[in-house]
Amino acid sequence: MTHSALTPTTAEEMRDVLAYAAAEELPVEILGQGSKRALGRPVQAAHVLDLSRLSGVEVYEPAELVLTAKAGTPMAEIEALVAGAGQELSFEPMDFGPLLGEAAGKGTLGGLIGANLAGPRRIKAGAARDHILGLDAVSGRGEIFRSGGRVVKNVTGYDLPRALTGAYGTLAVSTLITLKVNPRAETSASLALNGLSDAAAVAAMCAAMGSSAEVSAAAHLPEGICQRLGVAGEDRPGPVTLLRLEGFGPSVEYRFANLARRLAEFGPAERIGDAASKALWQAVRDVIPFAGSRNPVWRVSVPPASGAELMQRLRSMMPVEGFYDWSGGLLWLQMLDGEVHDVPLRAAIADHGGGHATLIRASAATRAAVPVFQPQPAPLAALSRRLKAQFDPKGILNPGRMVADA
Amino acid sequence: MVGIAMPAPDRGVLARRDEIVAALKAIVPGEGVIDALTEMRPYETDALTAYRQMPLVVVLPETVDQVSRILRYCYENEVKVVPRGAGTSLSGGALPLADGVLMSMMKFNRILDIDFPNRAVIAQPGVTNLGITRAVEHEGFYYAPDPSSQIACSIGGNIAENSGGVHCLKYGLTTNNVLGLEMVLITGEVIRLGGKHMEAEGYDLLALMTGSEGLLGVVTEVTVRILQKPETARAALVGFPTSEDGGRCVADIIAAGIIPGGMEMMDGPAIQAAEDYVNAGYPRDAEALLIVELDGPEAEVDFLLARVEEIARANRAGYLRVSTSEEERLVFWAGRKSAFPAVGRISPDYLCMDGTIPRRELPRVLAGMRELSVKHGLRCANVFHAGDGNLHPLILYDANKPGELEAAEAFGADILRLCVAVGGVLTGEHGVGIEKRDLMPEMFSEDDLKQQQRVKCAFDDKHLLNPGKVFPVLHRCADLGMMHVHKGQLAFPDIPRF
Repeated sequence: MTHSALTPTTAEEMRDVLAYAAAEELPVEILGQGSKRALGRPVQAAHVLDLSRLSGVEVYEPAELVLTAKAGTPMAEIEALVAGAGQELSFEPMDFGPLLGEAAGKGTLGGLIGANLAGPRRIKAGAARDHILGLDAVSGRGEIFRSGGRVVKNVTGYDLPRALTGAYGTLAVSTLITLKVNPRAETSASLALNGLSDAAAVAAMCAAMGSSAEVSAAAHLPEGICQRLGVAGEDRPGPVTLLRLEGFGPSVEYRFANLARRLAEFGPAERIGDAASKALWQAVRDVIPFAGSRNPVWRVSVPPASGAELMQRLRSMMPVEGFYDWSGGLLWLQMLDGEVHDVPLRAAIADHGGGHATLIRASAATRAAVPVFQPQPAPLAALSRRLKAQFDPKGILNPGRMVADA
Repeated sequence: MVGIAMPAPDRGVLARRDEIVAALKAIVPGEGVIDALTEMRPYETDALTAYRQMPLVVVLPETVDQVSRILRYCYENEVKVVPRGAGTSLSGGALPLADGVLMSMMKFNRILDIDFPNRAVIAQPGVTNLGITRAVEHEGFYYAPDPSSQIACSIGGNIAENSGGVHCLKYGLTTNNVLGLEMVLITGEVIRLGGKHMEAEGYDLLALMTGSEGLLGVVTEVTVRILQKPETARAALVGFPTSEDGGRCVADIIAAGIIPGGMEMMDGPAIQAAEDYVNAGYPRDAEALLIVELDGPEAEVDFLLARVEEIARANRAGYLRVSTSEEERLVFWAGRKSAFPAVGRISPDYLCMDGTIPRRELPRVLAGMRELSVKHGLRCANVFHAGDGNLHPLILYDANKPGELEAAEAFGADILRLCVAVGGVLTGEHGVGIEKRDLMPEMFSEDDLKQQQRVKCAFDDKHLLNPGKVFPVLHRCADLGMMHVHKGQLAFPDIPRF
């Protein structure tokens, strides 16, 4: 469907492009490096708005904990830059590449904001929405607007930067984004408990997250899945329950000892050191156990404590395997028969404390036919449509990416 | 009222007062409708007491259904509504309108669910901020955002203002700690956003509602995340010969990868006032006093305090004390926490401003404030959240002296302009309200403000919720909806500017 690519180099060029597209009612697909192009519903658009030439870090001030960069800046560039100053994006954004059949390490700042990326540190550090401070953007009206600021504390006006985070480019196209950065933990370690049932694992994770050990991630990997991640050994056939501790060296040691004592009833604690722990959590973050297949993958967000019950119910209903990124309240599911099972899945979630399911991986035809994002009650859907109309009255920005009619 | 004008009351609505009161009484029976002048008096202002206005009528609903019916009635009859929590807003966010219904949410005062396994609490909006912590502290939990008014302010008001406090640097503002809410639109429709799960689905309306100052909807239920209380907290009290030294110390602490639980600074006049008031043992000869609190596991706190001491010494700290007991830690804070009443003792009145700046600009802004103090002929004391650059200059004046309130407001406006000029913002935590409304163009262009008001139109197309707050110009939604505006021309010169 794509006819041509438009590659603005400045916010003003972007404004002109979108003003023209609005006047002519020509839909555009917004694209960075395309690493998440297969996420969401397929976009039908005459033109591609390519942000690759809108790239570069404008300001990085480690002592202020802020970074401002153009939307098309590769995340790899940003991550290397902040790592050089001992800092990181503390919400550890996931890399969708491997799961969606793309290379790892791609993606841009604009894509990070559009998809509201997060990682296993979700409960403690939040998601991209919790770290965006300000942005410049162009609306579907072809108007440049600025919102937020470059300081970490700001309540001036509506929080448009957060509202645009996770909007998949359907409200406005960012040109310049300011993010909060944080010091990177000096070291980390993971506490592993072996052989727990799902229910026991949830009890252990509840106890750990409710303790003062400042656990920064919790996951439970059933048997087959931890084997694929290489965490299962001969002495440890799986499943494995993992709890991550991060911080200054003496603090991690002290908290590890405390946590091991607190969880003694769940069995002996094994210690996974800094390097192995990092690799493991990156694999959990990027859903590596489900990479390399074409089976449908769902991300299910639920109140954490209801995860095990829901998983058990789903196993009785459909051929499914899954693991818990528990601290983020996420169940990652892979449908083993190639079917999406959206209706029974969403019904089961509604029965188990509520939450929502997002279809992350499926063929374009499936993603066009099945609601990718959780369907909303009518008044909420109507409000969302009114909001879209205020930003993009002609419906030119990524039409259909989130819902079929907008 | 001085300085800031409000939209002219609608005479037609004023004339229909009896009819409106009767309609509200049909929805909320008994004492839930207050229409006698003397009984409405407590509602005529919030904590920005320089501004007062009697509302048309006060209504105190008790159920979501009543809120819904009140709003639907107001929508159908084009009556304005000002939602109000505990009335502790410092920016005039809950200032009533002469032709508007004041809707107090303080009868929504119950905690509905405490869920320790999911670390979440569901509360009605009239529950106080501290009330949430009180309900969960027996299990070692607390609710992190801690505005100074936390004993009185309501969680619903915290949502409206996106409130913060001393702990924000490490634990985030309200927006980072709210998981979900139930709200009623001006049309009476009830909507739920988020919940006990982490990710909100669809557009992040929860983010828009948080900090929207009562302009988008009325919150009827809130789900917040609670955290395990840190094992321990200890504070260091550090005095510096200049504010530059103090500012550099703050930057160096953060550059060392340390994010304190709280990091607060006071300038010379604030130190003197606080010391006179509580005798906390503050060094009177210091030009800047820093309180650095580290919280977390004991081993970590001890380890980091040693690092903070090293950094402070390297930045010419002339005074340094580390708390050795919980009592001593609280004494350190006593002066800072009572800085406002302490300043109230040395001046009949004061105006508390609220701007945020990039931390590195601190010396420049403090010097600028000294110059402005001379220009406006008023004294100024400074207490601020040093960790996140959120300033609270206290401008001292005497309301009984003609012209001093106006001078204080002009001084305050100049300070906020300076904050914006150095790359900061107009408000860090108190909100825009009416106080900073007319300064919005200092920070935002006409297009920026129009796009924000278009958001308002999606929620409230008749501009009935809390109009006159936040935005200096009231556009009609129909005008905002038009496209192809000519560049450089004011599109609608006939629109009323207050």
